[in-house]
Amino acid sequence: MTASPAVAPPPAQHRERLLGAYFCMGVLFGIVLTKGELASWFRIQEALRFKGPYLYEVFASALAVAAPGFALLKRRARALTGEPIVVPPKVLGSGVRYVAGSVLFGLGWALIGACPGPMFALLGAGVGVMSVVWVAALGGTWVYGWLRPSLPH
Amino acid sequence: MVSFLLKPWPWYVTGPLVGLVAVALLAIGNKPFGVSANLRHICAATFPGRVEFFKYDWRSRGLWNLVFVAGVVAGGFLGGVLLANPDPAAITPQAQASLAALGIRDFTGLVPRQLFTWHVLLSVRGLLMMVGGGFLVGFGTSWAGGCTSGHGISGLADLQPASLIAVISFFAAGAAASVFLLPLLVPR
Repeated sequence: MTASPAVAPPPAQHRERLLGAYFCMGVLFGIVLTKGELASWFRIQEALRFKGPYLYEVFASALAVAAPGFALLKRRARALTGEPIVVPPKVLGSGVRYVAGSVLFGLGWALIGACPGPMFALLGAGVGVMSVVWVAALGGTWVYGWLRPSLPH
Repeated sequence: MVSFLLKPWPWYVTGPLVGLVAVALLAIGNKPFGVSANLRHICAATFPGRVEFFKYDWRSRGLWNLVFVAGVVAGGFLGGVLLANPDPAAITPQAQASLAALGIRDFTGLVPRQLFTWHVLLSVRGLLMMVGGGFLVGFGTSWAGGCTSGHGISGLADLQPASLIAVISFFAAGAAASVFLLPLLVPR
C-alpha cells in the first residue's frame, strides 16, 4: 500500500519492466481469490461472525509463507529487475489513520462482503452490480483525498 | 478430472498461494503487494481534480499495480466463471444457520444471488448496503493506507506495528457490522 508521504518527486524517465510478470501474478491471485473462496461473500460473513475457521486458516498459512519469504528477500540484495529489495516501514505517527480508516473499511467490508481484491475478482466473475460498488469505492477514495488535509493521520 | 477442477480449494492450498503472490511481487520488482492503492491510482489517472493526494506520477508508481489488478479481473473470470464451483459454498452449519436468520438460504455462487441484483440496488436498503459499503471501503482503505492485502498480508508479514493495529481494527469493525449493521440493510 502506498503509505503516506504524499507526493514524492517521481524518478526521471522511469520505465516499468516485467509488466507481463505482474499480469500473470494478478491472474494467479484472481484464480486464488475465486477458487479459494476469498471472494465468497459467504466465507467472509462466516469469518466475521466467528462461525468457522476457514479465513483465519488462510491468513495464518499465507503469513507462514510470506513472513519468512520477506525476511529472506530483504537479506538478498536485488529483485529480478535489479532494484534493491526494500520494504518501506509504515509510519506509525499518532496511529489515528490506522484505527479510524480501518474501522470504516471494516464496516464497508462486512456490508458488501468483499475487500478490494475480491471486488476486482468479482467484476471478472460477472457480478454486474459489483461495478456500482466499485465506482462507490472510487468515490470514497476521491472524497478521502479531498478531505485529507483536514483529517488526522 | 473436470469436476476436480471445479472444486473449491482447501485453506492449505489457498493461503500459501496468497503468501507466494506477495513474495513473488517483491522478488520480481520490489513491489509491495496491496490492492487498494489502485483505487488511488485510478483516481489519479482519471479524475485528479485539484486534489493534492492525486497529483503524482501514477504511471511510474502505479502502472505495475494496475496491470496486476487487470490480471485479477481476468483470473476472477477464469476461477469464477469458467471453473465456477457448481455446489453451495461449504461454510459450517453454524454459519449456515447464522445466515439463514438473515433470510439467506441459497449458498451457491460467490455472492448471494438474491442480494446482489440491480433490483436490490434500487431499494433504499440495498443502495445503502452496496453504495455505502463501497464508499466506506474506498474511504477507509485510503485513510488507513492499506486493506486486507496491504496491511493484512504485506504489513503483517513484515511485522509492522501499524499494520497490526489496522488488522485488529478492521476485523473488529467488520465483525460488529456483520452482526449488527448488515441485518438492518439486508432486504427481506
